[in-house]
Amino acid sequence: MVADTISAAPVVLGGDVRLVGAPGEPRAERLYRRMRFIRRFEESLLELFERGLLNGTTHACIGQEADAVAILEHLGDDDHVFSNHRCHGHFLARTGDTLGLMAEIMGKPEGVCGGIGGSQHLCAPGFMSNGVQGGIVPNAAGIALAKQLDGGAGVSVVFIGDGTLGEGATYETLNLASLWKLPLVVVLEDNGWAQSTPSSASLAGSIRDRFAAFGIPVFEIDSTDVEEIDAVAERALVQGRTQEGPVAIIIHTYRLCHHSKNDDNRPVDEVAARWDLDPIEIHGRRLDPSARATIDTEVESALRGVIDRALSL
Amino acid sequence: MIAARAIGDALRAALDEDNRVILLGEDLVDPYGGAFKVTRGLSTDFPGRVRSTPISEGTIAGLSAGLALSGYRPIAEIMFGDFLTLCFDQIVNHIAKYEAMYNGKVTCPVIIRTPSGGGRGYGPTHSQSLEKHFLGVPHLRVVAGSLVHDPGSVLCALLAQDSPALIIEHKLLYPLHLMLPASGRIGDDIAAEHVSPDGLPTVSIRPVPREDCSFTVLAYGYQAELARRVLSRLAVEEEIFGELVVPSQISPLDWEPIHDSVSVTRRLLVIEEGAEGFTWGSEVAAHISSHFFGELRCPVAAAASDPTVIPSSKALEAEMLMTSERVEQAIRKVAT
Repeated sequence: MVADTISAAPVVLGGDVRLVGAPGEPRAERLYRRMRFIRRFEESLLELFERGLLNGTTHACIGQEADAVAILEHLGDDDHVFSNHRCHGHFLARTGDTLGLMAEIMGKPEGVCGGIGGSQHLCAPGFMSNGVQGGIVPNAAGIALAKQLDGGAGVSVVFIGDGTLGEGATYETLNLASLWKLPLVVVLEDNGWAQSTPSSASLAGSIRDRFAAFGIPVFEIDSTDVEEIDAVAERALVQGRTQEGPVAIIIHTYRLCHHSKNDDNRPVDEVAARWDLDPIEIHGRRLDPSARATIDTEVESALRGVIDRALSL
Repeated sequence: MIAARAIGDALRAALDEDNRVILLGEDLVDPYGGAFKVTRGLSTDFPGRVRSTPISEGTIAGLSAGLALSGYRPIAEIMFGDFLTLCFDQIVNHIAKYEAMYNGKVTCPVIIRTPSGGGRGYGPTHSQSLEKHFLGVPHLRVVAGSLVHDPGSVLCALLAQDSPALIIEHKLLYPLHLMLPASGRIGDDIAAEHVSPDGLPTVSIRPVPREDCSFTVLAYGYQAELARRVLSRLAVEEEIFGELVVPSQISPLDWEPIHDSVSVTRRLLVIEEGAEGFTWGSEVAAHISSHFFGELRCPVAAAASDPTVIPSSKALEAEMLMTSERVEQAIRKVAT
């Protein structure tokens, strides 16, 4: 477990304390609260879709919340996050702007991008996402180059998935970022499935060796335990801030929901077995049951308020 | 001054005036100084701000996007215009989209320059004019260098904007001397410059007053220079008078100077070097036909290269590219 003193709570996070936690809240509770908040946000989204209240599509990160929450524990104002199509968790962990995201997905002018971007194309201070696989990697490297030229201490973090390893832009960027020692942190969430295609049918060789081939240090973990990921993220970000070049964090995880909406052809047994490793449960069991229940209630009531408000806009 | 040197000087001035300007591209650094030597000397004088990259055109564009999103003013060079295909995703889905997609929360003012066009015997993948594929991409400016525009003022105008731009530079123009309008003339011709609200010039050149011109030719880049020479000769030798209109920004177009000319001459020929079919010329023809329906004396004519690969052989290349002879042929057709 990472001690509370190792890193301060993220300074960039805004939003309702019932969702993101009040300053000084014990780390274990904060981590739980934020994962629970992201989970319930996305479950609520899927319900709204089913009720026909949302337009377009969405890609939930149910089952992968620990990644977003743990990594974002270690980022501050000087850092930048670039995310992909599955970006809600990263966005919420970065900004806490629940209403902005909900209104955005509802296509309302009050959304963070005025309803133009929608689910996959979000922009907030220190955060961007785009829906084309691979293309965000050189963009994040460009932001890293800007940080290097600025002479500051910030890093540029880019979240990709195992499916993105099929894109050539990724490798061009790894080469250049390593060559130029850019402060780029690549977080690879390997959930084993690229949409409907299993890794076994889309990935040759080793993920780790891809980064190693470019001389990029790899921090790898196979876990959905937020505290374990938190500890790895801590070490990786310390290394990432040494200005000695990019680092990669590989998190082997699992998507407990479908790819977007109603499109899951994975073996039922495989998915069912992974629910035993639900990050919310793994970490939730560590909390005092009454503290956990209080958090659940607070998250529920805050989210209800956000959804009602977004619907009324 | 030759065009290559003038572009180099424009880049030098930009680097000098604004430390957010960063040059990126393949083989830019001295002593090589770029495949066409446009950036020669710049890496020596601006170390760290003029960078040679790996052979990764998509990432050159993508990296530039990240720099621009962070407040820098990247100017990327893509060694041959043919390689723009490798930047297409970055230009269309990233660079040109960010500002609008994020509802104006960011700007992404990437400038990409690229040497294009045939005539050097470089063959099918080092000779193309692929700009038509970028015309009409929302929020992207496509600019073309021509001898009648000052590269310094064009670059200044682009750097004064927050929007991305693609600059096409025909490689045959690099060793030619600029012919900028001065005191209302270019050589013996009358020359007028119209500047768009964004500061981008269109130059109109005519041997006689517009009222005495019987047609308008719209062209850019090397084709504009070919057309200028042909028009100049036809005026002197045969008293065939046409007005040449040369825009610096080819998409979106500043229609005013084109309308001004066509409303008087009522005949228009559009020339470009890219492959015919679904072209700049088709778009101009559609617009002008619609705007001047009933006033034109003949249908808008368009001339472009044959829609096939560009052969390496000089003789074969000359058979399918827009050459001086083909430009003259097209002009004679519209003039009569």
